[in-house]
Amino acid sequence: MNRLLVIASSPHIHAGLSTQKIMGWVLAALAPAGLAGVYFLGTRSLAVIAACVAACVLTEAAWQKCAKLPVTVSDLSAAVTGVLLAYNLPPTIPLWMAVCGSVFAMVIAKHFFGGLGHNIVNPALAGRAMMLICWPVAMTTWTLHGVTGPTPLAVLKDGASGALGTLPSVMDAFLGNMGGCIGETSAAALLLGGGLLIAKGIISWRIPLVYIATVAGMSLLFGRAAGPLFEILTGGLMLGAFFMATDYATSPMTGKGQTVFAFGCGAITSLIRVFGGYPEGVSYSILIMNLAVPLIDRVTVPRILGEAKKSGSK
Amino acid sequence: MKLPTFIGGIHPPEGKELTSHKEIEIFTPQGNLVFPMSQHLGVPCTPTVKKGDRVLIGQKIGDSDAFVSSPILSSVSGIVKEVGPRMTISGSVETCVVIENDGLYEHETRLLPHPDYESLDAKEILSVIREAGIVGMGGACFPTHVKLAPPPDKKIRWLIANGAECEPYLNCDNRLMLEHTEPVIEGLRICMRLFPEAEGIIAVENNKPDSIAKIEEKLSDGRGGKIKVMPHKVKYPQGAEKMLIYSVTGQEIPPGALPADVSCIILNVRTLYAIWLAVTQGIPVLDRVISVTGDVILNPKNLAAPLGTSVRELIDAAGGFTEEPAKVLAGGPMMGISMRSLDVPIVKGTSGILALSSRSGISPRETNCLRCGRCIEACPMGLQPAALDTPVRRRDYDSFEAHGGVNCIECGSCTYACPANRRLTQICRDGKAGVNAARRKKQQAEKGAQK
Repeated sequence: MNRLLVIASSPHIHAGLSTQKIMGWVLAALAPAGLAGVYFLGTRSLAVIAACVAACVLTEAAWQKCAKLPVTVSDLSAAVTGVLLAYNLPPTIPLWMAVCGSVFAMVIAKHFFGGLGHNIVNPALAGRAMMLICWPVAMTTWTLHGVTGPTPLAVLKDGASGALGTLPSVMDAFLGNMGGCIGETSAAALLLGGGLLIAKGIISWRIPLVYIATVAGMSLLFGRAAGPLFEILTGGLMLGAFFMATDYATSPMTGKGQTVFAFGCGAITSLIRVFGGYPEGVSYSILIMNLAVPLIDRVTVPRILGEAKKSGSK
Repeated sequence: MKLPTFIGGIHPPEGKELTSHKEIEIFTPQGNLVFPMSQHLGVPCTPTVKKGDRVLIGQKIGDSDAFVSSPILSSVSGIVKEVGPRMTISGSVETCVVIENDGLYEHETRLLPHPDYESLDAKEILSVIREAGIVGMGGACFPTHVKLAPPPDKKIRWLIANGAECEPYLNCDNRLMLEHTEPVIEGLRICMRLFPEAEGIIAVENNKPDSIAKIEEKLSDGRGGKIKVMPHKVKYPQGAEKMLIYSVTGQEIPPGALPADVSCIILNVRTLYAIWLAVTQGIPVLDRVISVTGDVILNPKNLAAPLGTSVRELIDAAGGFTEEPAKVLAGGPMMGISMRSLDVPIVKGTSGILALSSRSGISPRETNCLRCGRCIEACPMGLQPAALDTPVRRRDYDSFEAHGGVNCIECGSCTYACPANRRLTQICRDGKAGVNAARRKKQQAEKGAQK
């Protein structure tokens, strides 16, 4: 033996999973929804996605260079943020606005808080929220096949009962043939991608299932006109439930906590849709619940094996 | 059928196929044999021989008056060449006795065979176990005569033979159960004489169907008594004391408590074999089965080697390396210790010698915690390793303790599962050491104040 032996603390084998692999799977799972967006909403969607991804990756690299940190864009997390932000934008958004949103997401929402894993709100959603405040008109102009019109949820909110006739059919809503943001249009494509992430063990079924079931249940409770199935197929719910609320950094770490978190997301989404000023509440509900995560983590600490079961009296 | 198991855990690649069908071979070392004076948990032994003495097989070369200790015996006959500090398999330097083999293999007849062990009382059995130098041979090396003498107020209801062997690559217990089935069962019967109310359970992971079938066959010979074999789900760390007790009995051991507090005593199958050898044959712990394996070992083997044999000799016996190993481990890949040198002797607790290439290792670079929760899912103790990481890096041991960090059993599951390659197990080791150091300091301060 010529070489010295490596000395290290056990264990000496590893599952082989890495941040890059996880983010790679997320990108793969996001692809069908992007293709559906390009198909239904036009090729300009592609330009928005490319602008956001490029802006996020370059911003992260530039920030890390300036801050003299190791550049970690190869972990693909910045690319995921870029795709998610683009998916939350209308295809007609001016590209310079998309770039501003990306820079805000990477610098303010992610790196000011310490970078990957340390951000307290979902960077893509924070970027979108900033853009909605700054450019409300550009952010809520929806076109389908060249015609500008309201989204189904807006119809549902503002329309008189007669306006229900202008809603897309449930099949159109499922496949994605309706106005909306780039990535949220096709529930079918999002379910495909979400299913892939669950099958690969990247996310658990808990958050998407509880989130979607809560929205469906509450739409029944509030007696929404179009029914629960329509309610869960429209808006950003599928995208939010499978890809945004499941963001590791901004969701609870335990199964119990994730259930509480997802229920909260669902409840706030429904409340905003029914009683709020906006037709859609997925982004804000997730952002609000993101802020509750430290608290949820505190009250859902797993029980250590052998410790007495928690009871009211001590 | 749903197999009994515990909560948490991981499924690492088993690597057992390298040696699972290799019969145990008796290995005869050529070189000197080296015996560290501490091969057990508890008080180290003091050498009872000096340079130039002639010793026989089975002769005590180290002993201690302490209760929690276990004598060291020579595994060959020969001349004591040296008594002094040497590096051991764990990398620490300890007092060792070096014996030059004279090739005569003369036995000392200190222990008497008792094939009719029914005539022995509990005290006599425990005395034989101590004198034979028996310790927990699963790796923890707790003196067995202490473990088998719980406080009288503890009623023992389960005697668990641990044949789970959940560590990847290792097959020493599997082969022992397969090739020496009767002695293992008899060893359990001997222990059950000490606890007449107890039920005997041989716990085996379900990836050893041959061993399970063989034990079942032997148990069906009519004299089974209250012994049964219980197959368990294949999941790491099924063989960890707390996990196995939970799997078998559904009971959790409270923090700081011992198996006897939940009416259990758990012994490795190799320990039971040693008990059978000592009680019925009068043969103390002289050798043990070791799986010499890994992806860079030419011809992986299960070797029965005398204690004190050099690791280098065992690796040569298995054909040597096919390429330069990155690491050579004493034990399995999950909890084994990486060795600094191959010129160290095997001890009572050495279950395997594992040579791994860099391909099977862990990436050297840690990245940011993603908060993915995989460590929490993997932890069989219900800890949150990710939450223990920051306090230890800040040297905030109080916070580490408040998060229950001292309950860590160092099984390695969290580090294995972490996609950010964070050294969570090492962090917990660090944290536990920090807590212990703080406790000692506090005790000393209190002592000082009393004076």
